[in-house]
Amino acid sequence: MTEIFWLIPFLPLLSSFILAIFGRTLPKKYISFQACLAVFASFIISVISFFGLLKISQESYPLIKSLFTWIASGSFTINFSLQFDPLSAVMAMVVSGVGFIIHVYSVGYMDKDKGYSRYFTYLNLFTFAMLLLVMSSNIVLMFVGWEGVGLCSYLLIGFWFEKDSAANAGKKAFIVTRIGDLGFLLGIFFIFVHIGSAEFTAINQAISGGAVTQGLATLIALLLFMGAVGKSAQIPLYVWLPDAMEGPTPVSALIHAATMVTAGVYMVCRMNLLYTLSGTAALVVGVIGAVTAVYAATMALTQNDIKRVLAYSTISQIGYMFIGCGVGAYSAGMFHLYTHAFFKSLLFLSAGSVMHALSGELDMRKMGGLRKYLPFTYPAFLIGAIAIAGVPFLSGFFSKDAILTQAFANKQYFIWILGVLGAILTAFYMFRLIFLTFQGEERLEPEAKEHLHESPPVMTIPLGILAFFSIIAGFIGVPAVFGEKLNWFNKFLEPVMRPGHEVHLSIQTEWLLIIISVAVALFGIYLAYIFYIKKPQTPHQLNAKFPYVYKLLYNKYYVDEIYNAVFVKPVVRGSEIVYDNFDLKVIDGAVNGSASVTGLSGKILSYLQTGLIKDYALVFLFGVILFLGYLLF
Amino acid sequence: MIPGSYFFILSVILFILGVIAFFVKRDLITQFLSIEVMLNAGNLAFIAFARALNSLHGQVIVFFIITVAAAEAAVGLAIILLIFRQKKTIKSEDMNLMKG
Repeated sequence: MTEIFWLIPFLPLLSSFILAIFGRTLPKKYISFQACLAVFASFIISVISFFGLLKISQESYPLIKSLFTWIASGSFTINFSLQFDPLSAVMAMVVSGVGFIIHVYSVGYMDKDKGYSRYFTYLNLFTFAMLLLVMSSNIVLMFVGWEGVGLCSYLLIGFWFEKDSAANAGKKAFIVTRIGDLGFLLGIFFIFVHIGSAEFTAINQAISGGAVTQGLATLIALLLFMGAVGKSAQIPLYVWLPDAMEGPTPVSALIHAATMVTAGVYMVCRMNLLYTLSGTAALVVGVIGAVTAVYAATMALTQNDIKRVLAYSTISQIGYMFIGCGVGAYSAGMFHLYTHAFFKSLLFLSAGSVMHALSGELDMRKMGGLRKYLPFTYPAFLIGAIAIAGVPFLSGFFSKDAILTQAFANKQYFIWILGVLGAILTAFYMFRLIFLTFQGEERLEPEAKEHLHESPPVMTIPLGILAFFSIIAGFIGVPAVFGEKLNWFNKFLEPVMRPGHEVHLSIQTEWLLIIISVAVALFGIYLAYIFYIKKPQTPHQLNAKFPYVYKLLYNKYYVDEIYNAVFVKPVVRGSEIVYDNFDLKVIDGAVNGSASVTGLSGKILSYLQTGLIKDYALVFLFGVILFLGYLLF
Repeated sequence: MIPGSYFFILSVILFILGVIAFFVKRDLITQFLSIEVMLNAGNLAFIAFARALNSLHGQVIVFFIITVAAAEAAVGLAIILLIFRQKKTIKSEDMNLMKG
């Protein structure tokens, strides 16, 4: 049964095609049914293939299915081929599984939208592109998926394109990630030139065979990482992600939390040999991840928009995944990706449910006390928050702990300290969100309160499923202190991420680290409790005491403004100058000039057309005489 | 017996007369008539050749030409009639709608 794994990406593609062509005429019920079914079928095939993968021996990894030769040019060929190995299996199951749940949720959330079929077309197309990304067996096809998800992200951020802000956010996301993609593309070119093949297996062989020097590895790894920085919203290209919240909430959950933004992490894990070979690149990955984790968390502290808090939180959590990759613990990074997909999409969907209940309100200052009105959303949100904060025995605890432990074990103490600091901030801002939204006094707008209602089952059931997985998902990667054999996740990924990167600590040290991370999480929650429940005036006092700090954070370090002044404005100004001088004068001049030359010559020649029959007959006569003369003499 | 070259000379004279008349005259009907003269100069040449070469082909072709010319004359006269109705004139100088 495993051989049919290549069908996984194509079912959503087929569904997307059908919806794109016939979507306008099909009834809504059918559209939602087909869209969900396609993704669910992909999920089922992923699971079947996954179990098939467990049965066969590790030597036959990865399974490769070559569909056709895509590019053939001289000695260089690229096949349209898909592969299935543990890493692809994990990603495919996460993408199609979480994707399916979010598709179902969307049925309720987008119910009243006039772009219903368009929405599901895009969402299915996205699922296809993402699955292609994680299942392609060469880096060029991966790049196709990579750009495909970028396109769908653009389409879905700008889904409500009548709104200027949504259209602009879509453009911003597209352009900013394009900067990173430039690096990615250059990285691919270097791989071509120096390794000569785009297949992952060939690349890995070349690296482990010693055909790649360390300097070359660093160059390629850093270029590829540039793409990851753009796609996964890390410093300095993270600015698009908060704005991407203009899209529908399920889209934020699927694309901008669970799947697409983690593509960078997947890519680094896929190329793990390269990053391990080049210590410098790995260090850069780790440091950027760590700095982003803290930096984004500080920005989340002061935001009032519920989705923006979650967006900054996503940036910060992806930073954690990169910490894992940077210190060589690739499977820990993947593990966090996997747990994060559950609890972050849970948080987003719960936030969507809150918005739904409040007729689209996003501002936390106009919420509060929602606990009793949303009896289902509240516990779901709470579970998500506890999981992300790193409270023991929920999924986030295991994965975050695995990353921090590995950072410590690899003696990257600076990164470890930043990680711990980020963990405090994470717990703090998540519970600030909870307290402001669900607890305390009500600050609702009167008209919003009138329509206040819990979401329909089609939305709450997905929340329930995600909440369930947010709780239990971590138990497949239990830390070593509870038993050496329990970390099943690491073992499963070992064929892809060669063992030996991970240093083992003594049991005492591990316990100490676990206690520290638990203490840190609880401390953050306690801090939020003091700030927003016990002494609600504390934030204002702090604000009065350090007005500049607050202002800096509230305005997100003025990074958008700086980018505008340094990059956007000069480009726009330069374009205007070129437009005025070159476009208007040279190009338009050439076009208009050739037009007027043609017009003028036409005008002169038109005098020959007198319209009189005799003149034409005369010309005719002369022609005949000339012709006869030529023939006769 | 009349020598064959006479026919050719007559044909050429007729043709040249037709051409001159076409350029000298101003009303459409006369011009049309001069075209017919040129046409028949051609017919005459055909028949002369048929006689000189002892072949019936030339004569057969002339029959065809006369038939077609009858149709053409009908159409041409009809067009001239319609032009007159529209413009109240049949002077060819007055017709210059195609002037560039």
